[in-house]
Amino acid sequence: MKIEIDEISKAFGATAALTPVSLSIPSGALVALLGPSGSGKTTLLRILGGLEFPTSGRVLFDGQDATGLTVQQRRAGFVFQSYALFRHMTVFENIAYGLRARARAVRPPKAEITRRVTKLLELIQLPDIGARYPSQLSGGQRQRVALARALAIEPRMLLLDEPFGALDAKVRKELRQGLRDIHDETGLTTVFVTHDQEEAMELADLVVVMSGSQNGGRIEQIGRPADIRARPATDFVRNFIAA
Amino acid sequence: MSDLSHSSPAAPAARFRSPTDEAPLARWLLIAFVTVALAVLVFAPLIAVFVEALSKGWEAAWKSLISREALPAIKLTLTVAAIAVPLNAAFGIAAAWFITKFDFRGKAFLITLIDLPFSVSPVVAGLCIVLLFGANTAIGSWLVGNGFPIVFALPGIVLATVFVTFPFVARELIPVMIEQGRAEEEAALTLGASGWRTFLTVTLPNIRWALLYGVLLSNARAMGEFGAVAVVSGRRESATTMPLKIEMFYNEYQAAAAFSMAGLLAFLALLTLLLKTWLENRHAGELSANRRGH
Repeated sequence: MKIEIDEISKAFGATAALTPVSLSIPSGALVALLGPSGSGKTTLLRILGGLEFPTSGRVLFDGQDATGLTVQQRRAGFVFQSYALFRHMTVFENIAYGLRARARAVRPPKAEITRRVTKLLELIQLPDIGARYPSQLSGGQRQRVALARALAIEPRMLLLDEPFGALDAKVRKELRQGLRDIHDETGLTTVFVTHDQEEAMELADLVVVMSGSQNGGRIEQIGRPADIRARPATDFVRNFIAA
Repeated sequence: MSDLSHSSPAAPAARFRSPTDEAPLARWLLIAFVTVALAVLVFAPLIAVFVEALSKGWEAAWKSLISREALPAIKLTLTVAAIAVPLNAAFGIAAAWFITKFDFRGKAFLITLIDLPFSVSPVVAGLCIVLLFGANTAIGSWLVGNGFPIVFALPGIVLATVFVTFPFVARELIPVMIEQGRAEEEAALTLGASGWRTFLTVTLPNIRWALLYGVLLSNARAMGEFGAVAVVSGRRESATTMPLKIEMFYNEYQAAAAFSMAGLLAFLALLTLLLKTWLENRHAGELSANRRGH
């Protein structure tokens, strides 16, 4: 699905979080929102997911205005920074949650839910952990379960907030490849937020470099990783990718 | 770590004492102080009540409890608790939800307001209800005229009890809900769950132990409340709860009856605590799974 962000701005009370930003994400792309804290990247991601509403501007999904869609109507697979797994549910129940939450008319039958959850557990290469609780998993396993839970609803896009933030370097590298594989397999338009330029450059097809200012976050440059490396548009980008 | 140094006699304990450990003498003094304080302040009175209640045997105690004077008081107390506690659970959840899941101006003020019943004397609370709904006020006389008296009747006692026990549930829930944040609820919403479903399947299970604790505390206090209820009931025989009855018996030199009922009241409180402990043990696995991380 193609995502367009048209002059979106966001203020929390008197504090500006985003100056008007525009961005077009082609269908099936893997995009990184890269920037330091305070650059509004998470706010932008939450606006896409319907968890925040913009102060002005529009969001378009496949050319259709989606600004007013509720979070449920967006059908965005969202992976939260600390994964936000339901701690009182098993891994299986976590992944099945979105399917079970559907209205009766469109809810898959029990056997179908079991089949799909099993398939997702295989996709994240953790076929045997369905009966465990989130607290019994390692950080990397939690992240993969969160990904499977988001994929279970057959989302129209995948949104990830610092998906590798809480992991050590080795696991981080593994999971990067994991996300790439899942993206290539599902073909979902995927947007992830990161402050790690190496991660953004290595993983994404398209990198959006953002910076913060008193007037809120803004976009410094949009481009393929190689282009951004070769031709940084501003001093900020030059300094940030050199860091 | 500290277990290791304590169990192995070869380790020179003094040199490797953990930074948070106290000297043995200080430790023993503290333990002794707490034990003595607990014994004198908590266990001795409790035992005294039961000993006194049963001084003439189980049968006498039982008879005094099912007497025509005592039984209505017991019924009334249980009725009041059965109404006030669910009401406060609902109010408490709503207040805690509102305070922790939304940002708005005046939040600190609202939290203070919820705590108000802790700082206002129950007698004052009772008087306020009398002043508001008494027969000589506009509202009160209209209500009495329509056959629905509040003061000196069940509704007034329920109101007073609800006021006094109002903070318990909300106070238990607010810190837990703040600590848990909003991420799990947001996750449920992105997965397509409605707000109500999110509340039932995510929020409620996450707060159930704090909720249970708040409800049990609230229940214990509701059954034991004296001051506010004393004012509102006006010492009418028909509006006498267990704590009031205990005082009446005691003032009328019916010590046995007073202590039997006091014993029952203490027993109900202990039962609440036992219930809580039993539930905790029964769900120990699940509990520790929740506690260990996120």
